[in-house]
Amino acid sequence: MSPLLQVTVLFGKLSLLAVGGVNATLPAVAREVVQQRHWMTAHQFSQLFAIAQAVPGPNMLVVALIGQREAGWEGGLIATAATVLPAGALVLLVSHVWQRFQGARWRQIIQRAMLPISGGLMLSAAFVLVRASDSWWLMAALTATSFFSCLRTKTHPLWLLGSGALVGYLFN
Amino acid sequence: MSLDVPPKLDNRALFIGFFKIGIMGFGGVLAIARRAMVEQWQWLTQAEFNDLFSLCQFMPGANITNFAFAFGARQGGWRGAACAVVGLLTAPIIIVLLMGALFARFATVPAVEHTVGGMAAAAAGLVAATAFKIAQPGLVTLRPACVTALAFALVIVLHVPLLGVLALMLPLSIALAWRA
Repeated sequence: MSPLLQVTVLFGKLSLLAVGGVNATLPAVAREVVQQRHWMTAHQFSQLFAIAQAVPGPNMLVVALIGQREAGWEGGLIATAATVLPAGALVLLVSHVWQRFQGARWRQIIQRAMLPISGGLMLSAAFVLVRASDSWWLMAALTATSFFSCLRTKTHPLWLLGSGALVGYLFN
Repeated sequence: MSLDVPPKLDNRALFIGFFKIGIMGFGGVLAIARRAMVEQWQWLTQAEFNDLFSLCQFMPGANITNFAFAFGARQGGWRGAACAVVGLLTAPIIIVLLMGALFARFATVPAVEHTVGGMAAAAAGLVAATAFKIAQPGLVTLRPACVTALAFALVIVLHVPLLGVLALMLPLSIALAWRA
């Protein structure tokens, strides 16, 4: 399979499984591109994720970086399209039904049922990223600092990413 | 002309509006989108925004691109949806791919490696915080907490593929929510 086709298939099949957002699929993406296909190391995976966080726009753009790394600029565009289009088409289909059943009990039950699953998937994504990026104690300290700052203060995420970059640059 | 019913947005307005949201949205686009669309431009009310957003959270995929699809389609059919999504993603995708190309070129320079490494550690903390915020309401009651823990264990400990995790957890969680 050509790299472009591989990128399309990888992200296309995960698009409809991205319950709780694209970040919830990160462990699955990491397993494929790091462990199975050896496109990059876990550390490089976490670095691409960081770059996607630091630019404006949706966080899901890490898929563009993965596609680009494997199949160039077209790979980046295709990876994004493969991630966004299937899910978007489904939303368009469901959108009308959703409005019609606004107060329906089954809608509330399904919504309530999805939440703890999303929570578990997001926690596993966080686990994968923490494991990949915290190579020594100072990196773990950076992770802990941004975790608590994000939960307890209103510090803008860019400040936390910037501080992380500065600390990484100064004390390697 | 009644002011209560906002006029339909044309495709140009959708493209430009979502373009602005995309370029302003550092570290999560949702907060920016809500402020711009509800408070500044008054494209929709807070309640409408919440309902549409709950759909986008519920459906698979990126919440904000789903939102652009659904909102764009309500305004101008599939053309409206296309304009909103392309508007949202054009600038960020160009910027991120430029950064990606730069990083690919200089990734082996130790200073760059260490800088991005530090950023990655901080980014991991941000994701952990977001995950914690999403998981927290469920963790205080027994049954949702078990669902969260089980989903986590299936992915991390047992390495079950995502499709398998969802095929197992969705029926289980729906059954538990049904009885609660």
